[in-house]
Amino acid sequence: MSAKKLERLVNLTMLLLSTRRFLTVEQIHQLIPAYDQPDPEAFRRMFERDKEELRELGIPLETGSESAWDDDQGYRIRRTEYQLPMIDLDPEEGAALGLAARLWHSAGLADASRSALLKLRAAGIDAEPAAGDIIEPRVDAPDAAFGPMLAAVRAGHAIAFDYRRPGGGAPARRTLEPWSVVHRRGRWYVVGHDRDRGAARVFRLSRVVGAVDAAPGGVTAAPDDFDPLATVHSMDDDTMSGVAILRVADGAAWELRRGAASEQPDSSAGWTSLKINYGDTERFAEYLVGFGPDVQVCEPTDLLDAVVRRLRVLVGERG
Amino acid sequence: MSPSKKRIPVAGAANRLARLLALLPYLVAHPGVAVSEVAVVFDISEDQLRGDLDLLFMCGLPGYAPGDLIDVSYEGDRITVSNADEFARPLKLSPDEALALVVAARSLAAVPGLSEADALTRAIAKLEEALGPDMQSAADRVTVVLDAEGELLQRLRTALAQRRRVHLRYHSAGRGDVTERDVDPMRVLSVNGRWYLEGWCRRVEDVRLFRLDRVLSAEVLSIAAEVPTQAQPRDLSEGLFQPQPDDLAVVLELGPGAHWISEYYPCEDVSELADGGQRVTLRARDLHWVRRLLLQVGPSVRVLEPASVRDGVHDLAAAALAAYDERTD
Repeated sequence: MSAKKLERLVNLTMLLLSTRRFLTVEQIHQLIPAYDQPDPEAFRRMFERDKEELRELGIPLETGSESAWDDDQGYRIRRTEYQLPMIDLDPEEGAALGLAARLWHSAGLADASRSALLKLRAAGIDAEPAAGDIIEPRVDAPDAAFGPMLAAVRAGHAIAFDYRRPGGGAPARRTLEPWSVVHRRGRWYVVGHDRDRGAARVFRLSRVVGAVDAAPGGVTAAPDDFDPLATVHSMDDDTMSGVAILRVADGAAWELRRGAASEQPDSSAGWTSLKINYGDTERFAEYLVGFGPDVQVCEPTDLLDAVVRRLRVLVGERG
Repeated sequence: MSPSKKRIPVAGAANRLARLLALLPYLVAHPGVAVSEVAVVFDISEDQLRGDLDLLFMCGLPGYAPGDLIDVSYEGDRITVSNADEFARPLKLSPDEALALVVAARSLAAVPGLSEADALTRAIAKLEEALGPDMQSAADRVTVVLDAEGELLQRLRTALAQRRRVHLRYHSAGRGDVTERDVDPMRVLSVNGRWYLEGWCRRVEDVRLFRLDRVLSAEVLSIAAEVPTQAQPRDLSEGLFQPQPDDLAVVLELGPGAHWISEYYPCEDVSELADGGQRVTLRARDLHWVRRLLLQVGPSVRVLEPASVRDGVHDLAAAALAAYDERTD
């Protein structure tokens, strides 16, 4: 944007903020020298574009006229509509907010959170984390679907997209009335009413293939007791319907111990017996093979078979 | 109306107007502020700032005589702006801006035991009141969960603030065994929901990241932390995993179904093979971690070198298999 244009936009904003009356296009034309174009059409086009620029920034341009008999539309900006409302944050609250805003680090809402903090600081709120406090929260939003999903959730639009199933195969078209976007442990999810299944469903944004398209129709309201996080917990991928008994060498495979439903000493020294819930058999088998000889499956048989089959392939035997 | 058309403001020329409209109230609120300080706050160079000020100096109300223009005066390196009552307050927050702040504040406030929790809760209440119910319901639609590591987190922050060494009992990622180490803390960070301590590990004499959910216990020692001057915090803009010069280089052939490895982990010298596969050099810090990955991915990945890694994976699989065979005999 040229300096000339910026200057014109600042002047226009300032003029419309300074007036209580609606100013007609003709009045604006005469008051701001930069609009002094020889061709009236050129001025009109310029003014239309400028109005658009201001509205895109979120400047509330009001249209109206001074009296019912007046045909000419006029413009003004009400200060109460333009201005950031008073937010009386004490220094401790400001610092805490500045710290939290670091969350949006590199993508997604990073620019929005940066400009929000600038506005707070411009309002005299010291939204800067206390010096020397070295704590850094951050969440990335690398999925291409993040922006469109967020917009759809906010606007209450139904959407359609291609979705890859964990088991492989061609992506399937899904139509969703989205309620909520959730981030948990490095993954973004969208939760909503799945029109194809006729029920609430959870989708990982990383498995959305290609564009997120608008779909016709509105969004059914979420149930009153809808809890996005609990829904993601319970419905991500498979339900954890399998129960395995594992033997784990002492000192190894700590992640498994952490997730175990129960733990008890094994009959042989140096080993522990774990009871643990899991979802998909093949995927859990793949995970367990990673621990090598430190983990052995006792039950169930299909899980044991899946692990042994993988091991036979690894050592070069025919399974 | 297509929801995918949502515009998110980006830094750059188009955003300069937004910056000017924030700069004005900032300068009105901070008369006599130093040029250098403003440049830091707005994350621009001092030259850019001077350019902005030169421009604002030309702006004002109709008449555009000296008394109508925004007044920008310098006293040495200090700026004072006046005659800009219209811009005494910044523009209200956009819906995206409000959402970003409130969601971030709510997610951090929900981490148990965090010392900021009270201040954040108060700040959220004030923001929500000022921004109105529409913003609240928008923020209700976005949830970001950070791991709950409250007590440990708070203890490590105390150690940081007091510059004290900590003693950790820690479960290493790859091998899953417990190590004991003394660490001089550098910072505590949360990346994608998980909390980490970054510090100078005295055991390996290098900077290390420790995942807090793998810390079994942490004791703040009465010894002062000594972070060497050469200790550099990791630049996270490229992600958590970054190759180091002394990392192990493992050359792999990835089958067509295993390309995710080169997308997910730091790989060098990626070349496409005729059969649709890839040949890559995977950089790994930890041998145990590599073995575990290779055991998991199975035959879709071939290890070309080093032979020790290939044999190691084979031996682990054979040992695991032998244990099963023994049981069924």
